[in-house]
Amino acid sequence: MVTIADYGKYETAWCPGCGNFGMLEAVKKAMVGAGLEPHQLLFISGIGQAAKAPHYLNANVFNGLHGRSLPAATGARVANPNLKIIVESGDGCNYGEGGNHFLAAIRRNIDITMIVHNNQVYGLTKGQASPTSDEGFATKAQPDGPTSAPFNPLAVAVAMRAGFVARSFAGAIDHLADMIQQAMAFRGFALVDVLQPCVSFNKVNTYAWYRQRCKELPNDYDPANWERAMKTAEEWGDRIPIGVIYKNPKPTFEDHFPVVAKGGLVGQGTDFAALADIINNYA
Amino acid sequence: MTRDKINIVIGGEAGQGLVTVGYLLTKAAVRSGYSVVVTQSYQSRIRGGHNTYAIRISADGVAAPQEAIDLLIALDEDTLNLHRGELARDACVIAGSEFRDAGDSRLLQVPYKDLASPRQLNIVALGVAAEMLGLGEDLVARTTEDYFGKKNKEVEENRDALRKAFEWSRQSRMASFQGPNKVASPQKRVMLNGSEALALGAISAGLKFAAFYPMTPSTPINLALISHAKKMGLVVEQAEDEIAAINMAIGASYAGAPSMVATSGGGFALMVEGVSLAGMTETPVVIVVGQRPAPATGLPTRTEQADLEFVLHAGHGEFPRAVFAPGTIEECFHIARKAFDLAERAQGPVFILMDQFLADSYRAVAPFTVDGLTAVRAGADPNSVAQPYKRYAVTESGVSPRLLPGLSKHLVVVDSDEHTEDGHLTEDLAVRKVMVEKRLRKMDIIRKDVIPPSYDGEEKPEALLVSWGSTKGSVQEAAEKLGGRRVATMHFSQVWPLIPDHFIPRMKNAGQVVCIEGNATGQLARLIRRETGFNIEKHVRRYDGLPMTPESILRDIRL
Repeated sequence: MVTIADYGKYETAWCPGCGNFGMLEAVKKAMVGAGLEPHQLLFISGIGQAAKAPHYLNANVFNGLHGRSLPAATGARVANPNLKIIVESGDGCNYGEGGNHFLAAIRRNIDITMIVHNNQVYGLTKGQASPTSDEGFATKAQPDGPTSAPFNPLAVAVAMRAGFVARSFAGAIDHLADMIQQAMAFRGFALVDVLQPCVSFNKVNTYAWYRQRCKELPNDYDPANWERAMKTAEEWGDRIPIGVIYKNPKPTFEDHFPVVAKGGLVGQGTDFAALADIINNYA
Repeated sequence: MTRDKINIVIGGEAGQGLVTVGYLLTKAAVRSGYSVVVTQSYQSRIRGGHNTYAIRISADGVAAPQEAIDLLIALDEDTLNLHRGELARDACVIAGSEFRDAGDSRLLQVPYKDLASPRQLNIVALGVAAEMLGLGEDLVARTTEDYFGKKNKEVEENRDALRKAFEWSRQSRMASFQGPNKVASPQKRVMLNGSEALALGAISAGLKFAAFYPMTPSTPINLALISHAKKMGLVVEQAEDEIAAINMAIGASYAGAPSMVATSGGGFALMVEGVSLAGMTETPVVIVVGQRPAPATGLPTRTEQADLEFVLHAGHGEFPRAVFAPGTIEECFHIARKAFDLAERAQGPVFILMDQFLADSYRAVAPFTVDGLTAVRAGADPNSVAQPYKRYAVTESGVSPRLLPGLSKHLVVVDSDEHTEDGHLTEDLAVRKVMVEKRLRKMDIIRKDVIPPSYDGEEKPEALLVSWGSTKGSVQEAAEKLGGRRVATMHFSQVWPLIPDHFIPRMKNAGQVVCIEGNATGQLARLIRRETGFNIEKHVRRYDGLPMTPESILRDIRL
């Protein structure tokens, strides 16, 4: 049986009190809950403080370029569908630099889990506005607040009828672990947007600020109801809903390729007799 | 009377079916045993404009295009007006009966309307041309049927149009026209362009994954892969952009699928950060850059050889790479194989420079034999590695055993940041130095395996013509046509790294050296000078978007 200890303990480069610590703990809990051993997992991340998270647990890790986790995950997924793939990076990485890939991954419905550390600010580059910064959020780079309206990842994902859309909060570790575990169990693209306090550069959206507003969805909430999910995804302010907002099981990207069902591209040989036929057909 | 070589040009608007005529005429010629060189010249539009499809045919072998036109198939009157100056003295023009130049004795005016419906205009032109070239009617009909498929309801109409065209042509033959010599004993050949040959070579090398964003002139490589994907068990994905394409390929390769991306200059510009990622994470990936005239969008459908320096320097930081530049269809196949092998062994990016001319140029080649070929085996054996496993274990060769994630209990950690031996990010500057040196040591693996430039001619020639990539055939023919003078040729099918011993002694032995390149600044000549100090003083450069031809070289060369 796999335990939390199997996922190791590492020294981190995070600020004391960072929301990332709670997230790391929740991720480990979810992995143990899912009964997955480190070698069965592949974490793919980009660049930023959040993107360092996979370095702080035992697993296969592909820490690639800023914004490009989802394409790398797409390739890895068809190469080896037996790997459970978790994309884990920040709001700037996933919604800013990698925005086009976010839309494309939802459309493809790749069977992966995407955990977004959404702290509404660029931390590693010392406090510029991120795609999800609220209106009026003043920074050194945006002294009068962001010049763009905030990006609502959940509303976009629901509008595109993504497979699985959830929100949690880095301060609610058990809730977050549950969301991640449900996302991993879901067959298809699963987004877990996590509200994560940045203690160094976001003095507005603090633990207390989130804790006061985050409210779990009611028991009778039906995540299959698209209209209600759209309204729920739009809620932001005094009340911020957390939980599984939308669920839409459908065929995955991988389903389009018979070779993926046969164990993926890794280790597949080359059928030289078939290739000889192909070559001769050019006569 | 027949001739050794004949150059046929089909011209018309996009949408008139001229590529179909060209393709079928080429296929019928190849099936009759002829050598061919096809040059496709088209505009960046779907309908209208003016496009040409040139086929040079020979019974004895041909490797270069030709400018002078022996047989012009003018599907519209503009074609005749635009190409009048290129007609050879004894040329013949297959023209429409409505053309105004009725008095020109070179015109064979075909009464298209009497022979078939307007939809079959291109099939009638095909029939008339095929008959003039001495290609069998049954063969042409069968080839046409293979192309359109037997079920198509137009099969009967096409067959009828061909029959009438052949019959009309037999009765209306021009006495002065000379077709090509007959092939004495036809050998089995396949008809492939550079794109298809490269795709087949890649598949034979073990390619399992490719991602692309459509871009001329490299889309046909990806289309060729897609056409064989089901049978060969490949995944070929059209990505949302080129950045996604290369990151998908690197992700797939990391997880064990030999991967390739094929793009052109502008698309490659978007991929450049990914090139650096492959270098840092030491992930094998084959990158094909189909060159076309730039900067920026340039001339999207024309040809050029101006991305050598770009590819050589693409990607921030220092890491090993190899750059190939096939000059023939056979080289497209074999170099693709070599690129995959090298990418796996040296664990990093390997480039193949193509261009529009070679990508689209059909040739007749002996079918590639697959006997004895082996495919790349991605990754190392998990039982062979030291414990605990370290993805970037420092070794003498610089190559660390590359395990694939999920295939054993070993964890495979890779990072775009500078990293420790076990793959975790580090800011330990001593480790940094060790890792830079480890990565660069892999250059020796690449250096040991460089393809020396081919050389043809005597040891102390009066002049040596140097070329790289797709211009090989044209340079060879130009050298032959310089008749009487002692001219040798040297062709680089690998342009990086350069091994001076492979070519400098020969350059020094030549009376004069001329570097022939499809760019304006002499990129190979300057690279040779930078790497060896040898200064090539004479140049032939073409950068008007058209391929180098024997004629263009002879026009510009000053010996």
